[in-house]
Amino acid sequence: MIRLTDTPFDPGDELTRFTATAAGSGAIVSFTGLVRGQSKGGAVQSLFLQAYSPLTERGIAQAAEEARTRWALTGLSILHRTGKMAPEDAIVFVATAAPHRRSAFEAADFLMDYLKTQAVFWKKEVTEAGDQWIEPRPEDYTDAARWAGPQES
Amino acid sequence: MAQLLFFGRLADLVDPPSQAVQLPGDIQDTLALRAWLDTRHATGGALQEKTVRIAINSEIVVDPAPITNADEIAFMPPVGGG
Repeated sequence: MIRLTDTPFDPGDELTRFTATAAGSGAIVSFTGLVRGQSKGGAVQSLFLQAYSPLTERGIAQAAEEARTRWALTGLSILHRTGKMAPEDAIVFVATAAPHRRSAFEAADFLMDYLKTQAVFWKKEVTEAGDQWIEPRPEDYTDAARWAGPQES
Repeated sequence: MAQLLFFGRLADLVDPPSQAVQLPGDIQDTLALRAWLDTRHATGGALQEKTVRIAINSEIVVDPAPITNADEIAFMPPVGGG
């Protein structure tokens, strides 16, 4: 399931729901991203995330499809916030289910790399020092490039 | 009327960031549109940057792509990650 939402969500509830749908799988991996409280500009007051529907959803769906092609997954869930958030709010939740742990770990990692570097979101950080639009860090691109090599099974 | 959308930092430069515009007859592709809007909104070249991609009806296109007055045209600076 892929969903964008502008209302807060509880990662624990999401994991419980996902686990219920993934019955019979041997492994579930979940990742939750939180809004950081500190940035280069100092204390973060809020974070604003903008998407462009349906382009954003379509790109995420393609990445999910690629994950399903590369790894033997039995389930997959991606939930992403948009709009205005506060520090410590959950911004992204990714969960994968597979017969064995390695596929679940790697698929979740792959999906997060997509979301950090290629997903169609624009992000504005509001700090004491002012507003700033944020672009991916160099290490985010390096992380994402790991998946360009030979496909794993 | 073409529907124009400006995302990310471009939304701070173009007011309003979502607008319906009657395109002049001589603006028939994305390159001409970039130049015309850059002047119209005094965005100092921001709309002509190569890293600013354009989507027509939510499909990313390569310059110069043909445009019509019925299109939704989005200006998209590099994405910021989730």
